Amino acid sequence: MKSHTLSVLVSNRPGVLARVASLFSRRGFNIESLTVGPTLDPDISRMTVVVQVESALALEQIVKQLAKLIEVFKIIELDSSSVDREMMLIKVHAPEQHRSAIIDVVRLFRAHAVDVGSDSMTVEVTGSVDKLRALVELLLPYGIIETATSGHVALIRGARSITDKKRPALVKRS
Amino acid sequence: MEANDNPVMTGAQALIASLEHAGVEVIFGVPGGAILPVYDPLYDSKIRHILVRHEQGAGHAAEGYAQTSGKVGVCMATSGPGATNLVTAIADAFLDSVPIVAITGQVASTSIGTDAFQEADIRGITFPITKHNFLVTRAEDIPTAVKEAFHIASTGRPGPVLVDVTKDAMLGTAPFVWPKQIELPGYKPTTHPHVRQIKEAAKVIEDADRPVLYIGGGVIKAKAAAELAELVEATGIPVVQTLMAQGAFPSSHPLNLGMPGMHGTVAAVGALQRADLLIAIGTRFDDRVTGKLASFAPNAKVIHADVDPAEIGKNRFVDVPIVGDAKPVLADLAKAVSPEKMRDLSGWIHYLEGLKSRYPVGWEADTQGKLSPQQVIKRLGEIVGPDAIYITGVGQHQMWATHFLPHERAGRWASSGGAGTMGFCVPACMGAKVANPDSVVWGIDGDGCFQMTNQEITTCSLNDIPIKIAIMNNNVLGMVRQWQTLFYDQRYSATNLFTDRLPDFPKLAEAMGAHAIRVTKPEEIDAAINEAMSINDRPVVIEFQVMKDAMVWPMVAAGTSNDEIKIARDLAPQWNEEEWV
Ligand SMILES: Cc1ncc(C[n+]2csc(CCOP(=O)(O)OP(=O)(O)O)c2C)c(N)n1
Repeated sequence: MKSHTLSVLVSNRPGVLARVASLFSRRGFNIESLTVGPTLDPDISRMTVVVQVESALALEQIVKQLAKLIEVFKIIELDSSSVDREMMLIKVHAPEQHRSAIIDVVRLFRAHAVDVGSDSMTVEVTGSVDKLRALVELLLPYGIIETATSGHVALIRGARSITDKKRPALVKRS
Repeated sequence: MEANDNPVMTGAQALIASLEHAGVEVIFGVPGGAILPVYDPLYDSKIRHILVRHEQGAGHAAEGYAQTSGKVGVCMATSGPGATNLVTAIADAFLDSVPIVAITGQVASTSIGTDAFQEADIRGITFPITKHNFLVTRAEDIPTAVKEAFHIASTGRPGPVLVDVTKDAMLGTAPFVWPKQIELPGYKPTTHPHVRQIKEAAKVIEDADRPVLYIGGGVIKAKAAAELAELVEATGIPVVQTLMAQGAFPSSHPLNLGMPGMHGTVAAVGALQRADLLIAIGTRFDDRVTGKLASFAPNAKVIHADVDPAEIGKNRFVDVPIVGDAKPVLADLAKAVSPEKMRDLSGWIHYLEGLKSRYPVGWEADTQGKLSPQQVIKRLGEIVGPDAIYITGVGQHQMWATHFLPHERAGRWASSGGAGTMGFCVPACMGAKVANPDSVVWGIDGDGCFQMTNQEITTCSLNDIPIKIAIMNNNVLGMVRQWQTLFYDQRYSATNLFTDRLPDFPKLAEAMGAHAIRVTKPEEIDAAINEAMSINDRPVVIEFQVMKDAMVWPMVAAGTSNDEIKIARDLAPQWNEEEWV
């Protein structure tokens, strides 16, 4: 199984997410992560979908089936050179005696403490999946209470964009 | 009505006006609370409404209408159970790419999500079985949704579109504007094939020793029978056509090898398995055709043309993909292939002719003092002829109807292929007859299938829709029983319908206003069919009492290779491959 990141422009209408989710479920596609949010154009949302597939053919099927949805406008695959981030909130046990050690770790990861209580601390960290995992490893011994993860958001590196004419969509819609 | 004088209308009026603008002639439906506002302006409309007895019938009628007219069929239902009764027909239309528009009423937008009376999330329910669907909550959005629905249903790869309209949208008012244009930036089907792909395909065809045209329902949908005939005439390549494609190429033509697949002919299955090139047009490598995929057409290169790019490469690796509508694809191929550059196909054709003549689709004679169902269907086709429209239910009789009826013209055949929906026949006949009042419409149905939707005979009687139904009454769910005979040690669990006792089909038919005939002896067959042909003022139902042990042959058992095809129990054909040298 290999992971691939798709960036998908969709219509910003009610029900689009349900339709996409229904498609993935019905066709038996494996989603690792799916995020959706507005773009600068109020009519268009952007989905970032990380899928796991066995073969290039399976990825092609996912892209083609997605492209058939009337409310899907454009699909591109983001390669490994793209900027790909997840955000994670980690609530960790942080009694007095461990607090400064935890803060040192957090600094090392350019993460922030966004909420501090008498016995706990919530850390916000952004980065690649590997970075997030590494931070979790280091905080584990202190006792992680809970975590929340955003799912992937990703963009092409450099000046190009998904709407770039020079960058053909994965499925041509002439 | 001009688009610029924009009269203020209720959403319900706008819906009817929109359907009129879309060219709708007939709606099959049942009213109810949530759709009631729409039925009021419908009362004054020139659109004909046919009040069916079950919404599933409305859906299949819309399909029968669409498949025999090339136009979009329309069905209508109220919210909740009305809408869910449409689901089977919508799923059927989805799997067979039939262009229908389903209009459903929905509870008021303010009540959505409250489990209000007769609320069902029909849009959510039909996400996976529609090409697209809409939930319209404002009167002013109705015309655009209707126009888009008809456009989406009928273009590209056709399919069902559902428009769910809330009651407050029907009751609200807005100036009526029939949109001049619609904007669907996410929907631009590629219909014209790429020149480079056509050239590449032509080269591959010219280099093939054993090519076969594998033709699917897309050729019918694209109205491309003439282009197909032209390509076959120019190249001499033999044709197999799927259940959905019957009529695309005349069944009487010497190069027509018949239907491929689970109950395909030896010639069609044998040709695919031995081909070095499949030219697949408007077809989708369905498992009922391919059998075990890994051993399907093992030596063949594949040219696959389809208007839906997602079908290309879905099941089978494709050497030359062509995205496009079957009509321009076939026309362009006929121009691009140079017959003089082609290989000599005579050995291949000779071989296939041998298979065809050695293994015609036959049957065992009647052994139970009952009629032979195959003989009845064959006789019916001979007497009625190729100009009639033939429609089937699902089961053994469907396979025999495919093999034994004359399929000479496109658009004269409808059958539930992808979904295999029992109950399709009677209502689909109704829709076909409404679309083609001057054609004879014959349904070939099973005693099981008929009992699922026969109430539409009443609808036909009351609405002057004189269809003709031949029930092949074998007293059992024949196709299922055949599997029990072959694979379950003749343990006939739940396949006896006891239709030798009940219902009395002629009485039932008569009670619904039809002329009814019962046939029990071979010598009565012709007279009964002729009698049915002479009656045109009401539906006719003939019950043919046929034997229950008749089996559909050939057969490729589910999940096995096409190479395992049997022409009778434990009897494999002789392939004589040395003959094609
Ligand atoms: C709605 C539905 N339910 C069940 C089936 C499974 N099934 C396929 S063929 C068949 C038997 C059909 O019996 P009948 O109408 O008598 O036709 P025959 O096979 O005897 O010609 C059944 C039950 C189906 N295809 N559709």
